[in-house]
Amino acid sequence: MSRVAEDIKEKARRALEKPAPIGPDVDLRRYRDEVGERPPIEDLSKLPEPQRQRMTKAGIDVTERQRAGSLIVMDHSVVHRRQNIQDLEILDIRQALQSYPDIRDFWWKAVPVDADKFTATAELDLDTGYFIRARAGARSIFPLQACLFIGQDGLAQKVHNLIIAEEGSELHIITGCAVDLNVRTALHVGITEIYVKKGATVTFTMIHNWGENVEVRPRTSIVVEEGGTFISNYVLMEPVQTIQTYPTAYLVGKGAVARFNSVIVGLPGSHIDVGSRVVLQAPETRAEVISRSISAGGRIIARGHLLGEAPRVKAHLECRGLMLRDDGAISAIPELGTRFADVDMSHEAAVGRIAQEEIEYLMARGISKDDAVAIIVRGFLNVKIEGLPAELQADLDRVIQTADLSGL
Amino acid sequence: MKKPLLEIQDLHVSVEDKEILHGIDLVIPEGETHILFGPNGSGKTTLLNTIMGLSGYRVTQGRILFDGQDITHLPPYERARLGIGMAFQRPPTLHGVRLRDMVRLAAGNGDTIDIEGMARRLNLTEHLDRDVNAGFSGGEIKRSELLQLRAQSPRLVMLDEPESGVDLENIQLIGQIIAELLQKTTHHHYERRVSGLIITHTGFILDYLEADRGHVLCNGLLQCSGNPREILQNIRQHGYEECVTCRVLQRI
Repeated sequence: MSRVAEDIKEKARRALEKPAPIGPDVDLRRYRDEVGERPPIEDLSKLPEPQRQRMTKAGIDVTERQRAGSLIVMDHSVVHRRQNIQDLEILDIRQALQSYPDIRDFWWKAVPVDADKFTATAELDLDTGYFIRARAGARSIFPLQACLFIGQDGLAQKVHNLIIAEEGSELHIITGCAVDLNVRTALHVGITEIYVKKGATVTFTMIHNWGENVEVRPRTSIVVEEGGTFISNYVLMEPVQTIQTYPTAYLVGKGAVARFNSVIVGLPGSHIDVGSRVVLQAPETRAEVISRSISAGGRIIARGHLLGEAPRVKAHLECRGLMLRDDGAISAIPELGTRFADVDMSHEAAVGRIAQEEIEYLMARGISKDDAVAIIVRGFLNVKIEGLPAELQADLDRVIQTADLSGL
Repeated sequence: MKKPLLEIQDLHVSVEDKEILHGIDLVIPEGETHILFGPNGSGKTTLLNTIMGLSGYRVTQGRILFDGQDITHLPPYERARLGIGMAFQRPPTLHGVRLRDMVRLAAGNGDTIDIEGMARRLNLTEHLDRDVNAGFSGGEIKRSELLQLRAQSPRLVMLDEPESGVDLENIQLIGQIIAELLQKTTHHHYERRVSGLIITHTGFILDYLEADRGHVLCNGLLQCSGNPREILQNIRQHGYEECVTCRVLQRI
């Protein structure tokens, strides 16, 4: 093992007991680390119906017709991989690290390995993950899709994903996360490091479809170079026990752009702590963070942090929360900071319930009260995302519009 | 005598424990359009909102009948389904709901309505894919309300100052569309089934359709009623003061 690799391991070992600064702590020993290897699946449409449904709800196209490639992780195994376009690589991360030793240069560079016990355990006990690379200038209107699926009760799944969009490339990724119906408890730890090179564009859409007793700790960082664009869409409309994540984008090159959109529904019993942070480190960079949260009994903390570390940056943060019942909670925590005078940074935050006036406006057109509420809720969650290809927007709309809101 | 579509009997309405309407009696027969005049704060909008069944308007006495059925305590959507339609004066913005969807919803099952055609006539083609009322000008809101009402096709059309905020270019269009909504373009009087109740300050609507009757609402009471043009002329000459004493026009 190289000296660098040794150092990383050593740092991880020292951080293994270090709790995350925010979010409920997790006892890693509660979850199983060992599980049998899963056999490969050639044709995703032949998956058992419940699994296919769970994946579809997480944005995965099991027909793969409208996808540039796929990679499916079940438990700790990559069970399916398909790559349709040569310049848009999608690989098992373990294989990628062997085939391309130079990608080690990006490994734990955006996310610190000793950030907390979750990053540490992902280093010391890595199960799998995906590697995606768009070669310089490569592009496809169809997205690559990756699915992280847990099928065994009580299992810990630790993945580390690495995404590199080379100069001038355009990369669209859908990551769908789901658990099988039989899974009561599970832990998912996902490290994702994304590098958007000069003039490249990455859209990263993540749809979570976990279960009532699943704990989730994604650790994501993005580095965007000059003229690059990163767009994140995050959707969580299913139950989860606890999730804490605070993806951070570093805009390191002049004119780089980051946009984060998140749509969150907090169901009873769910503790959701989700934020988006953008550090604007180069002049003329821009950021926009939009979050829409609905509590239908769940506890939601919606964070946003914009940090202007260079002159002439522009950034806006919008946090809106809708309380549907009295037994949930929403905290919207927006934060802005800079040391420069020549910046344009703003935020707006609002929490409240649905305006009676809006319900009655619809009722006056002959719509029942329940339908009126559902229409307003769907409308609230309906975020149109600038820069997202129409195909992807349609996928996202489908997930949001077909979600079962009857329990709200 | 035509059969009454809307019958209001001794209606008392309170808003936040303050009585605004002190006993309104009003009958609108099928096929007739009535105009409601009155100074600001007289209770005109309260009357329309109460007929629509909006919350915050508490009926403390009296009742409202529609087509013979007591609707005093029905929720707004049931009233709408019976055939009551209202253009809102200041409707809320519905974020994430496109005007196109709203029009379709207003039409009920609505597979037969020509949304594009209606929107084109109302100069709202571009607005169909925008969120309902988001950034609409005053005039655009009026036209969007009329578009929704056309889709809804109510038996009783209630309009609250349909002319306010409308530019000169569109005022004629609005007048024509309202006339169509009220079937005033139907030549055969006996075929007319739609009734109307229209609040107006300016009386502009009388240039586009013949209204059957006018009423003046002052201080929460209908002070007088009669020929709408005569009432309008009287108000223009003498103001509402005259109406309260109501010497000129026949008392109800």
